[in-house]
Amino acid sequence: MNKVFSRSKGLTDVPFTFCPGCTHGIIMRLIAEVLEELDILEETIGVSPVGCAGFSQDFFTCDFVGAAHGRAQAVGTGIKRALPHRTVFTYQGDGDIAAIGTQHAVHVAARGEKITSIMVNNAIYGMTGGQMAPTTLTNMKTSTSPFGRDPQTMGFPMDFPKLLAGIPGAAYVASVSVDSPKNIKKTKDAIRKAFKVQQAGLGFSLVSVLSTCPTNWGLNPSESLKWLRENMMPIYEMGELKVSEEVEKL
Amino acid sequence: MEEKVLLKGNEIIGEAAIRSGCKLFFGYPITPSTEVIEYLSANLPGQGGTVLQAEDEIGAINMCYGAACTGSRVMTASSSPGVSLKQEGLSYSAAVELPMVIVNVNRCGPGLGGLGPAQSDYFQSVKGGGHGDYHLIVLAPSKAQELYDYTMQAFDLADQYRNPVMVLTDGYLGQTMEPVVLKERPPAQEWDRSWIVDGAEGREKRILASYSLTNEIGEANNLYWEAKYKEIQKKEQQWEEFHTEDADYLIVSYGTTGRISKSTVLNARKKGIKLGLIRPITLWPFPVNAFKPFLGKIKGIVTVELNTGQMIEDVKLAVNCGVPVELYRRQGGMLPTETEILEYIEEMIMKTDAKEVQA
Amino acid sequence: MPKAIVIEKYCKSCSLCVEICPKKIMAISDHTNDKGYFVATCIDQEQCIGCTLCATVCPDVAIDVYK
Repeated sequence: MNKVFSRSKGLTDVPFTFCPGCTHGIIMRLIAEVLEELDILEETIGVSPVGCAGFSQDFFTCDFVGAAHGRAQAVGTGIKRALPHRTVFTYQGDGDIAAIGTQHAVHVAARGEKITSIMVNNAIYGMTGGQMAPTTLTNMKTSTSPFGRDPQTMGFPMDFPKLLAGIPGAAYVASVSVDSPKNIKKTKDAIRKAFKVQQAGLGFSLVSVLSTCPTNWGLNPSESLKWLRENMMPIYEMGELKVSEEVEKL
Repeated sequence: MEEKVLLKGNEIIGEAAIRSGCKLFFGYPITPSTEVIEYLSANLPGQGGTVLQAEDEIGAINMCYGAACTGSRVMTASSSPGVSLKQEGLSYSAAVELPMVIVNVNRCGPGLGGLGPAQSDYFQSVKGGGHGDYHLIVLAPSKAQELYDYTMQAFDLADQYRNPVMVLTDGYLGQTMEPVVLKERPPAQEWDRSWIVDGAEGREKRILASYSLTNEIGEANNLYWEAKYKEIQKKEQQWEEFHTEDADYLIVSYGTTGRISKSTVLNARKKGIKLGLIRPITLWPFPVNAFKPFLGKIKGIVTVELNTGQMIEDVKLAVNCGVPVELYRRQGGMLPTETEILEYIEEMIMKTDAKEVQA
Repeated sequence: MPKAIVIEKYCKSCSLCVEICPKKIMAISDHTNDKGYFVATCIDQEQCIGCTLCATVCPDVAIDVYK
């Protein structure tokens, strides 16, 4: 009898610190599996953000650097420029990459920085307890939009990967989801491709993953997946948003 | 090979960085520091290094943070408003104990301020600057040769103590063109590199991060850093003394005003006033040891500063308020002349002597 | 025979495996792990087809599957 599914060598044996049902863990597993399958665990340096994803460094078996809030991609840039032959990735929440760290995200894309960023979009600030994010949907209630997000005063939800896809140095941008086994597979494919883009030195790669936050959405894990499908997927453009000509040839 | 060249202050820092083995520079242009990034953009890539003009100062300091995590020698340079933006990154760098060199070509503030020289960032530089309890080692050159020498020393101190080191100059030093001897650098000492992050090839993974959500760990971390800072305070105080042997009065001044004050001392001596100068070279650790021999011997101290009186607080602490300490300052980009400093000191002496007569 | 084994220390009782299982053989048990979560378990290993869906959707990498 063969083991057909087990914990990746890319993960430590530390249990995830996420709430029950939170899909952060699925995304981390997929990254770890890709790093293992590409056989680059020993040459990869991850950069963790601030927020729920801020404990990433404890979960992966590769080297890790903890960045200040929003600065993961600047830190990743410094590492990559110092060690151009190493693989560098950042793991960031939507608040980290698309609010407090926006300038770095836009400019790593503009520079075609040869790093990979994984953006986890759950439309809310999880770690601080459910505040409005740049990705919070219109009319969605959070603790800082208790009557629902009113675009007139609080702005519109931002489709950040779509924005980055429009920047020339971004070689590969994909928007995926982990709400179902089928989409989980697509997410893994996108993550694998993003790392291959980096290995080939083709430019910046980003995979944005729609993820749940049962605790702060006030839904159980199963309802959360349904809510994600019904409410987030229609708003955020899904699929491969940018595949440069060189990436096509990969 | 030693050579004597004529360079702008900011360019000297750039050259010293290259000769110190600095491999990466991340910066953002800001007057009056811009020649540092310009000089390195022209000269570092040819030496196998990398210069990246970042999206902003925050990006630049965090790129330094990333590069420093790999054990590479890395530097950034900016001027006051830009250095304010770097404070978050400096706090993180101090917490993760990353060797790096930060140059602040101090211009006058607050706010956007002006482009003239100032020492108004003294507090920011020596008291931490960002959040949390930490210190940068701060070196204050006063002339071209020191810009060169102290920049080199900054890289060594950064490696030795695994701590960010600031070279604090000002708009005057940065923009002045002076001859400098480009001395050959002695081979750098090898420091422990078992902490760097460069891919866990054939070893256990490493993490460089500064969170401590457990209060007990947080306190232990702070105690550990505190012990390091105390060691630096004990071992690394540097200062220059000028005509202090028989001094009745002392000027305490660093950087540009330290240099001007030397002329004041010479002029005072011509008038028979026994004036000396203590010029702090390390602003942190502040050279408190410099003052010990003079306690009970001198009648007064004047700090000469380009701010509303910042270093004076450290001088008062250093003499434990046992000596009258006065301040002579110019602000907003203005520099004092050696004559006006002397006039102020003569007035102070008259007051002190009058008190003695009354007593 | 295929089987799905829950590594109890990782399980957080989120029930996603229970809902995805096509054979309806995953369930939340009545005993807890060190953290106090009622852990998921396979109640009828003989029915397991080794499809790995439970492990695929598990957010805590708490299930090993053998086939």
